[in-house]
Amino acid sequence: MSKILVIAEHLGGKLNSSTARAVSAAIAVKAEAIDVLVLADSVDAIAAEAAKIDGVSRVLTIARAENAHPLAAILAPQIAKAAAGYSHVFVPSTTFGKDVGPRVAALLGVAQVSDVMSVEAAHTFKRPTYAGNAIITVEANPAHTVVATIRSASWPAAATGASSAPIEALSIDAALPTHTRFIELKQGSSDRPDLQSASKVVSGGRGVGSKENFDIIFKFADKIGAAVGASRAAVDAGYVPSDLQVGQTGKIIAPELYMAIGISGAIQHLTGIKDAGTIVAINKDSEAPIFEIADFSLIGDLFKLIPELEQAL
Amino acid sequence: MKILVGYKRVVDYNVRIQVKPDGSGVVTDGVKLSANPFDDIALEEALRLREKGVATEVIVVGIGPADLTAHLRNGLAMGANRAIHVVTADAVQPLTAARVFLKLVEKEQPELVILGKQAIDDDANQTGQMLAALWDRPQATFASKIEIADGKATVTREVDAGLEVIEAELPAVITTDLRLNEPRFIKLPDIMKAKSKPIDTIEFGSLDVAAHDHLKTTQYAAPTKRSKGVMVKDAAELVAALKQKGLL
Ligand SMILES: Cc1cc2nc3c(=O)[nH]c(=O)nc-3n(C[C@@H](O)[C@H](O)[C@H](O)COP(=O)(O)OP(=O)(O)OC[C@H]3O[C@@H](n4cnc5c(N)ncnc54)[C@H](O)[C@@H]3O)c2cc1C
Ligand SMILES: Cc1cc2nc3c(=O)[nH]c(=O)nc-3n(C[C@H](O)[C@H](O)[C@H](O)COP(=O)(O)OP(=O)(O)OC[C@H]3O[C@@H](n4cnc5c(N)ncnc54)[C@H](O)[C@@H]3O)c2cc1C
Repeated sequence: MSKILVIAEHLGGKLNSSTARAVSAAIAVKAEAIDVLVLADSVDAIAAEAAKIDGVSRVLTIARAENAHPLAAILAPQIAKAAAGYSHVFVPSTTFGKDVGPRVAALLGVAQVSDVMSVEAAHTFKRPTYAGNAIITVEANPAHTVVATIRSASWPAAATGASSAPIEALSIDAALPTHTRFIELKQGSSDRPDLQSASKVVSGGRGVGSKENFDIIFKFADKIGAAVGASRAAVDAGYVPSDLQVGQTGKIIAPELYMAIGISGAIQHLTGIKDAGTIVAINKDSEAPIFEIADFSLIGDLFKLIPELEQAL
Repeated sequence: MKILVGYKRVVDYNVRIQVKPDGSGVVTDGVKLSANPFDDIALEEALRLREKGVATEVIVVGIGPADLTAHLRNGLAMGANRAIHVVTADAVQPLTAARVFLKLVEKEQPELVILGKQAIDDDANQTGQMLAALWDRPQATFASKIEIADGKATVTREVDAGLEVIEAELPAVITTDLRLNEPRFIKLPDIMKAKSKPIDTIEFGSLDVAAHDHLKTTQYAAPTKRSKGVMVKDAAELVAALKQKGLL
């Protein structure tokens, strides 16, 4: 039987929804135990949130000053030790999990399965390769611990509320390096919904034309309560910060509604939205590849159409 | 200071990937191959550090079959001082690639190893982190800015929440993100010059790296296609359609 350790992702004392999504993947393995591990400087609030996730057996905590910021070199040795006795270690496939997961796997001397989209059996998974153009089935050797990152967009967050798992402090004796230090996190402060978990996303591309013009996208997103995203071209051109990039090398998202405005639909961009519920494309070029996959296509100039959309609301 | 750079050959990002009908892999025969875009960025960054006088030597590393030589010559033409070719006909999983890099690190004693954050074929995003773990050194993944001074790398990382800055003592492993730099183009005279630059060839078998078989890929499949939707004639029709679906 499987015993799974899920590594909690959190920021500013709050649990990230990617954690409950990773728990969903653990539930799909039909594990006999699913424990969530919280590493932080102050763990209580985060652990209390994790304890409410349905399907969680126990919440384990390691509270250390060194865990104030998610540095892989510091977290990985603790996670590797805590992993003893578990058949699987799951981390969210976010920049947090992508950074720390492989470091844990290497310390355990095992391979990592990246970006798990589906669980076929306890040791058999599907994952995307070639920017989502080839989905591979991967079998891990059951003789070893499976370290896997869980592709958030493929999994609903496990429900919360009904349960309250016990919380236990772990004492782990691991020597922690001092060679890596956190300096700062520059966060785009925003009252808008979070791009990764929003149910509606409005994205702008190179077609928007400038940083100033991007205000049109922000205003429209605010009107409908959507998060804002962007193509790589828009980020590269400096219209918006990098954390808004959607795609193969940016964020992979699955909102109920995705509106691509002035975005051509390059394969690397489409990889990031293939699990979206409804895709709307607005583009002045009737040949734009985005129209091949959009549920609703509107051809025309975005500067004329967005005000018209706002009117029609 | 020496810099080791990962220089993987992959199917070019412009190629439309086709899964073989029998599910055994993707079609690679006759398909254009290029350097992994993230590795071009890694090499460019190493070259800039050399041009600034921070680094003295830049070495590109490729792990792959015998015909990788021409690819490594491109890295030399771009400006690397020399290349190391670890020859293997077999597919190498990230942990094995990291173990190979560790052997080369022990031999070459670089202060910095720069790899791509992911290779765009397998999209594994693992090798750099695994190397850092095995080497017991810092890792700075998804770098969009690197400053080297006083035996430290100060690295800006593109993370989900924004931009994170960390400090790593050297030696360290850095993996590149897209906005670190824009790689230079190879010029014709450089291709000629690269012909005389050395490529060390090392047989994979001679490195004493345990090739492990933890992961087996049993099937390749094309992704489920989204079906083509409908064309709406104007903004009002679009809003009505979205309202009807309960999306607005
Ligand atoms: C027929 C076939 C079968 C395969 N089967 C599997 C399988 O079952 N499981 C599996 O995981 N993979 C499989 N692979 C892919 C495997 O060989 C990948 O090369 C390996 O997994 C590394 O993954 P990645 O390049 O995505 O690593 P990443 O971690 O994404 O690479 C990051 C960086 O590491 C460096 N790097 C990695 N590999 C090399 C290299 N060879 N040379 C130089 N630098 C390198 C580069 O700087 C690169 O940018 C298969 C490949 C083939 C052709
Ligand atoms: C390794 C690698 C990784 C990548 N990763 C990503 C990634 O993660 N995410 C990503 O997005 N891209 C990524 N890319 C880049 C990708 O290939 C494309 O270059 C990019 O997505 C193009 O962005 P775009 O659609 O905004 O720009 P363009 O392709 O230039 O399209 C702009 C569109 O706007 C339309 N337009 C212009 N003016 C108007 C107007 N007034 N009204 C309406 N429409 C208008 C045009 O018709 C055009 O279709 C990656 C590329 C590589 C090589």
